[in-house]
Amino acid sequence: MITYPFDYKRASSIAEAVSMLAGGGKALSGGHSLIPSMKLRLNMPDTLVDVGRIPELKGISMDGDELVIGGGSTHAEIADSQLVKEKLSLFAEGAAHIGDPAVRNRGTIGGSLAHADPSADWPALVLAANATIVVTGSNGERSIPATDFFTGLFSTALHEDELITQVRVPVSAGSKSTYQKFAQPASRYALVGCAIVKQADGQVSVAFSGVSDTPFRDTDVEGNLNSGQEPGPVGRGQSIMSDNFASEKYRVHLASVYLQRALEAVA
Amino acid sequence: MQVEINVNGKARKAEVEDRTLLVYFLRDTLQLTGTHVGCDTSSCGACTVHLDGGAVKSCTLLAAQADGCSVTTIEGLAIQDTPTTMQLHPLQEGFKECHGLQCGYCTPGMIMTAADLLKRNPTPSEEEIRFALEGNICRCTGYHNIVKSIQWAATHTTKPEPNQQEEPIDADKHLFTNDVTTGEVVETH
Ligand SMILES: Cc1cc2nc3c(=O)[nH]c(=O)nc-3n(C[C@H](O)[C@H](O)[C@H](O)COP(=O)(O)OP(=O)(O)OC[C@H]3O[C@@H](n4cnc5c(N)ncnc54)[C@H](O)[C@@H]3O)c2cc1C
Ligand code: FES
Ligand code: FES
Repeated sequence: MITYPFDYKRASSIAEAVSMLAGGGKALSGGHSLIPSMKLRLNMPDTLVDVGRIPELKGISMDGDELVIGGGSTHAEIADSQLVKEKLSLFAEGAAHIGDPAVRNRGTIGGSLAHADPSADWPALVLAANATIVVTGSNGERSIPATDFFTGLFSTALHEDELITQVRVPVSAGSKSTYQKFAQPASRYALVGCAIVKQADGQVSVAFSGVSDTPFRDTDVEGNLNSGQEPGPVGRGQSIMSDNFASEKYRVHLASVYLQRALEAVA
Repeated sequence: MQVEINVNGKARKAEVEDRTLLVYFLRDTLQLTGTHVGCDTSSCGACTVHLDGGAVKSCTLLAAQADGCSVTTIEGLAIQDTPTTMQLHPLQEGFKECHGLQCGYCTPGMIMTAADLLKRNPTPSEEEIRFALEGNICRCTGYHNIVKSIQWAATHTTKPEPNQQEEPIDADKHLFTNDVTTGEVVETH
């Protein structure tokens, strides 16, 4: 039950959604982060702008060497997409391990990125894949590299009236990738999630979810691996999370175990 | 706001508050109480229904988001084979055959999740069944008999298509609302 009243509006295009958001209000996509948080009154928007039926936010296609995923694509649509499986199996693999089937049927990539839960899976996936997040707001469109997108705990570079319209990912032949996740047994979120993309020339990019309060690319580990050394410690310089599910020490240990598994998977 | 949702083959129109969750529209407005609320925190799956054919947690969806869509609940799975008799869905038969329930609280959600699985994957392995049930919690059975019930259903061929048996009713003629004094659902025009 949501214990306070609010107004519900439905947008039928990106332009309409942006003008509704500029008037105050919060975007509602799959609702699988927003509705639970409204039940707890952690979020109390007066107006919800439903962006879940905007055709322009749907669809998955190739544009040159880039895979283009509409911001309103559900986790299930991405996990089941033949194109994603062929061109960027990392995303299909990662999406298939989010929550449970009902969560995947509703939750969207745009909603997950905007919400920026430190234990969500998409952040590690878009970081490792060098994705670009395309957003539209009242000041027009801009493209934000994934590496500049996550700014802190539940915080992003997104402005209040901006909508994530696309996620664009460079696809290169001969690359290998994997997502290794230790799911928190009750919530299914990542206690640790490690995404790796290894290019044909052997260079790797390594990103983690669940470990720090902000998802991150581990540039120290990448530097070591890309110069032929052992990976070294995970998460140097990050503010590692510690809670009743996993202490800081345990999380860092788990992260290096999952990094090892990921490296074996792309070997 | 006014919503119009096709529920188990019938168009249902009602005036709801914008904040109404789909599960309360089903249970309170339409009195379809087969869909349960176990947690209201998106965790247990007792409230699982199908929205346009896919399993969703109806406690994590506004009725407004389902406006104009089709919903199938546990009440819509059995088919009326003669004017006076119903034929259970193979999953309902399976749960009966294999003792797939004890208190039964989780059962409607288990069956709706399993129905979605069998539609996408008619011959799932045991592992695939267990993976598909990740969002459905049962505090009684220990899950083994639930898995067996779903395996039973997968190997029994008569699979009635849910929902599509009844002629959809002209929506404009059927407006349901809660009587403010008695709380009962009444049909208005
Ligand atoms: C039981 C359960 C288990 C889960 N398990 C996992 C898990 O294992 N891993 C995981 O990663 N996630 C998990 N989730 C979260 C799930 O993936 C959510 O779907 C996702 O975090 C949010 O996507 P949404 O479309 O539902 O967004 P919403 O809840 O609709 O919105 C979330 C936020 O994003 C904003 N927003 C939505 N769409 C856009 C857009 N296009 N542009 C800009 N802002 C937007 C909203 O205003 C809101 O602030 C789980 C959720 C539940 C309920
Ligand atoms: S009542 Fe909806 S998931 Fe528990
Ligand atoms: S049978 Fe009691 S909760 Fe599953």
